Amino acid sequence: MQTIDTRGLSCPQPVLMVHPHLDADEALDVLVDSEASRENVSRAAAKRGWTVTPCECDGHVRLELRKNGVR
Amino acid sequence: MQTPPPGMALVQTVDVLSPLGNNPTLFGRTAAANALSDVYAMGGIPWSAMNIVSYPASTLPLDVLVEILNGGNEALAQAGAVLAGGHTLEDEQIKYGLSVTGIVDPARIASNSGLVPGDVLILTKPLGTGVLATAIKAGWPGAEETERELYRWTTRLNANAGQVLRDMGLRAATDVTGFGLGGHALEMARGSAVSVELDSTALPFMDNVEDFAGDGLIPAGTYANRRHCACHTTVLDGVDELRSTLAFDAQTSGGLLLAVPAARSEEALERLRTLGEPGWIVGRVHPLRSPAEQLIIA
Repeated sequence: MQTIDTRGLSCPQPVLMVHPHLDADEALDVLVDSEASRENVSRAAAKRGWTVTPCECDGHVRLELRKNGVR
Repeated sequence: MQTPPPGMALVQTVDVLSPLGNNPTLFGRTAAANALSDVYAMGGIPWSAMNIVSYPASTLPLDVLVEILNGGNEALAQAGAVLAGGHTLEDEQIKYGLSVTGIVDPARIASNSGLVPGDVLILTKPLGTGVLATAIKAGWPGAEETERELYRWTTRLNANAGQVLRDMGLRAATDVTGFGLGGHALEMARGSAVSVELDSTALPFMDNVEDFAGDGLIPAGTYANRRHCACHTTVLDGVDELRSTLAFDAQTSGGLLLAVPAARSEEALERLRTLGEPGWIVGRVHPLRSPAEQLIIA
């Protein structure tokens, strides 16, 4: 499983970093530190069939992108 | 230079933009249309304008600056306003805007605090410049078409909508810009001590805006607008989340939001149509509800 760190970046950079991975068959964690990044990455992932679970930790949020049949 | 007609008052406004899209001339037109818009929203007619420019003359060819200013001049000419001068400063960033002076009948000024329960709200441009500009910045597929759609609306003057406002003697209006439709509607509601209800299903969007927004191309400013308004906003159950967020999309050179007594709403739409101007009924005005319900998204 990969982790993509988008902290410190402003939109649309986080979405651009995550987007190429959304059609791959590998679960993904994305670290975000702003409301815009969190919502935009979540929207993009949900649109491509991923379930997004946000976990808050140490001042940032880890978005866990999971999908049935994908490890 | 002509003297303003006797009995008219002056209104003044200033607005400066960072570059939008990649076409200098159309950016210039956009900045001028954006600055002129305030005058139209007050029921005024643009009279004169001054350019305000910052430009990195040591690193960029002056042709680009000339194109930006030409675009601004085109919009001013279309508005019938005279360019009286301006000021340019050397800076690392390009910025262009104008201070516009308009004339207005002091007995017929429209304000953003004149909403009355029973008014219907008519919006004269679709929403989505924030999302489209983000898609262009991201290099999203279809950039050329996206830029065309963006400029199609941002370069458009609000002159016709302003004429309808003046001809009908409307008392409340605003132009939709950085705070988004939701932010400007809430500003009007608070200024008028009423509640405003926006119909999310009636909101018009520019081409591809909902698709791009679903791809996560919503600018940070849009989320900031939504957060800034949150404690006075109630989103009703069942409202589409994406549409209610896009109600706050930060607009550049957006349309006018006209408040029209309900009985005259068809007349207003007909007058807009006659002038070739679109118009959408996007909301209505209610007596003041609770502070958390000054803006209701239904």
